[in-house]
Amino acid sequence: MTAPTQHHATTSSPGLDTTVVVSWKAPIAFAVVTVLLAILFIASPHAGDATFRLSTGSDLIQLPELVLNGIVATWIGVALLAAVTVASAALVRAKRRVPLWLLVVFAVIALMAFLTWAAAGARTPVIPMPGLLAGALSLSVPLIFGALCGVISERVGVINIAIEGQLLAGAFTSAVIASVIGQGILGPIIGQVAGLTAAAVAGVLVAFVLAAFSIKYFVDQVIVGVVLNVLVIGLTSFLFSQVLAPNASLLNSPPRLERLPIPLLSEIPLIGPMFFRQTIIVYLMYLIVALVYFGLFHTKWGLRLRSVGEHPTAADTVGINVARTRFWNVSLAGAIAGLGGAFFTLGAVGAFGKEMTAGAGFIALAAVIFGQWDPIKATLAALLFGFASNLQNTLSVMGSPVPSEFMLMLPYVVTILAVAGFVGKVRGPAAAGKPYIKS
Amino acid sequence: MSNANDPDVALQTGTAVPPDEPVREREPEVEPPSRWHEAFRRVTTGNAIISVLAVLLALIVGAIMIAFTDERVQAASAYFFARPGDTFVAIWDAVGGAYAAFFQGSIYNFRRDDFISGIRPLTETLKFSAPLIAAGLGVGLAFRVGMFNIGGRGQMLLAAAGAGWVAFSFDLPWGLHMIVAVIVGLLAGALWAGIAGLLKARTGAHEVIVTIMLNYVALYLVSWMLRTPGLLQAPGSNNPKTPPMKDTAIFPDLLPGPQLNLHFGFLLSIGAVFLVWWILDRSSLGFKFRAVGLNPNAARVAGINVKSMYVYAMLISGALVGLAGVHQVLGTVTTGFSSGIDAGIGFDAITVALLGRSTPFGILAAGLLFGAFKAGGFSMQAAEGVPIDIVLVVQSLIVLFIAAPPLVRAIFRLPQPGAKPKSKRTRTPRKEEVAAK
Repeated sequence: MTAPTQHHATTSSPGLDTTVVVSWKAPIAFAVVTVLLAILFIASPHAGDATFRLSTGSDLIQLPELVLNGIVATWIGVALLAAVTVASAALVRAKRRVPLWLLVVFAVIALMAFLTWAAAGARTPVIPMPGLLAGALSLSVPLIFGALCGVISERVGVINIAIEGQLLAGAFTSAVIASVIGQGILGPIIGQVAGLTAAAVAGVLVAFVLAAFSIKYFVDQVIVGVVLNVLVIGLTSFLFSQVLAPNASLLNSPPRLERLPIPLLSEIPLIGPMFFRQTIIVYLMYLIVALVYFGLFHTKWGLRLRSVGEHPTAADTVGINVARTRFWNVSLAGAIAGLGGAFFTLGAVGAFGKEMTAGAGFIALAAVIFGQWDPIKATLAALLFGFASNLQNTLSVMGSPVPSEFMLMLPYVVTILAVAGFVGKVRGPAAAGKPYIKS
Repeated sequence: MSNANDPDVALQTGTAVPPDEPVREREPEVEPPSRWHEAFRRVTTGNAIISVLAVLLALIVGAIMIAFTDERVQAASAYFFARPGDTFVAIWDAVGGAYAAFFQGSIYNFRRDDFISGIRPLTETLKFSAPLIAAGLGVGLAFRVGMFNIGGRGQMLLAAAGAGWVAFSFDLPWGLHMIVAVIVGLLAGALWAGIAGLLKARTGAHEVIVTIMLNYVALYLVSWMLRTPGLLQAPGSNNPKTPPMKDTAIFPDLLPGPQLNLHFGFLLSIGAVFLVWWILDRSSLGFKFRAVGLNPNAARVAGINVKSMYVYAMLISGALVGLAGVHQVLGTVTTGFSSGIDAGIGFDAITVALLGRSTPFGILAAGLLFGAFKAGGFSMQAAEGVPIDIVLVVQSLIVLFIAAPPLVRAIFRLPQPGAKPKSKRTRTPRKEEVAAK
């Protein structure tokens, strides 16, 4: 690995000198992906047609099916990717950053080209786009909640490995509470609300332990996180086998959340079914993403939070109570992760199962790092990871040549590359992982 | 490529400063040893009494959980105010029965007639503890170098895949076959962990994140190999499972009798304990390891190549964790394995290393304790219907309590050690005086 050439260009604006650090990593990464795809398309060209189904049967506005020729479409895709690569290289040469949207455009084109290629060579060359996208979103929901939890707690200076445990605790508690209350005289709606609240409370409780041990007792945060995951897995599995399984009808049959299509918006072709025919918890997620982004970067709360995570001594000097700020924000983050856990039981499966989060907390952690500790980018990363795992489902249904395990591996490999610095500049909050001991 | 606040980078600039310059001018550039290492030292040093009390506390919490979820206790507590005695009897029966089954499953079974079948639980404990000790040594050795190897699962899976592949697909004479399989397994584990060490040394990537991610990559890689004919899948089968290991590669039993399953792997683990003790306490490599673990900046100034220490430590750590994977395929599950072969040992090893305070003999003791937990947990599940997951709860509580001695001291009202730092405090003003001059 050679150190990438970094250009430090100083542009002077009135009264303030800002240094724009541009990096050649993005154009290089674009070029590598483009070349790899081109090699793939040369090595095994798929001449068949790929059919993209853009509407479901129940849609108001029916879009025609999009039929693309395997060879023509893939090569158009490669040409577009090459154009984006050249554009990004030109931007870097002009000492400007490569904008985020260009990255998204690149990713979408690359995925479409790959999908066309995979479908053209498959047994059933039909890709149901609405199903693929909606499935991707629902796989991403807990990841996004977990990633937001990770963003907040790491921004405030506490490394949160316990996201997995918080998700699992939320899933367990929401299932039990929603079942008990939802079957009583109060009815399913109250039960669901109580379940969601209980999930957030459970996440907070796990976060309390993390915060108490790492802030009060200065125990290493990674150790507490790892141990908390084991503790929550043990507790929920024990209670599941001992209490939930024998009384499944009373304790483990929560009322599932209904889909609430938003009028008009849900009829937008392609996007509507994906974003606006979802359960309340997904709409809650949109709200929380926006709130966390706004709060972190545009309010006093966010400024204090970030200053505690970057330089606790300085924050303490100006009168911010570091320990208290960390404690309550880690707890808030726990509430968000707990809500994400409720999606597993109330939103998706409808019952609690042993270790049902299956590593989602760790993928969320990966999304935090890949998203560079930024709520919007972390959300996009979580969506990408959710898309990758749903793409794997779709491809295995179509009978595609790529082994499904390699698709599932993708988020983790991408994260390793990101941490190792191949993908972009990754730098976490400076004080994350270090307890602040006031002297 | 590295971060600007990377201590190694700061140190690189530090070494460029001529040696005759005053030391205190360099101080602001060099980041003080991270809390990370201090926290490790706090976890890894401490009183033995805390460990004992932590185990006791965790067992009490376990007892409470058993009591509250027991059906007889729940039935008796329905009429608690009429006859409170019944509730306490039921609690005593539930907890006493569970812990008696636990003892009989892990140490000695008094209900058996002859000594051989009575002592079988103890050999089961030793069998379960063998991989825990090996993997615990790996994690503990990484701790001593200031690194956290959470990648036990991935390293075990790849080691199991490597050793298993040699064991079922090659035809070699007895003894040699086993040695080759063990070596291939250790190499696979070492290389997988070495990725994390190399990335940390070269790019500053945090080994916690990298090893967690490598766990999943290994899981999917091995799952793919297990269902691909010609790699690991048993010929003529559709299950993601390997063929059985050949007899020439399987660890021989140490004790006579078909009931006693203690295998040669236990001796390998004991040997590993002494090897790690020798490496850490007697070799120059171990001296460098410990120096890097205590303070990487000081180690660098003393002329130790910190980055290569990270790589070596992860290689050795991965080989030790890999030994646990080899145990699993050549000793415990010899009839062919699937992707669950690691049996959670990679994560248990972290708790073993923490409980053993990262010293080889401490890890031996902690491994034996957790091996007993595992053997006893299975028997408790079979005899009393208490789910084995309670062992996870007890183990994690032990580590949590041990990591926070002030909490344990507060619960048991032990005096907090507050008088110690006095001697240090008298030294601080002197330092400032020197700085003022």
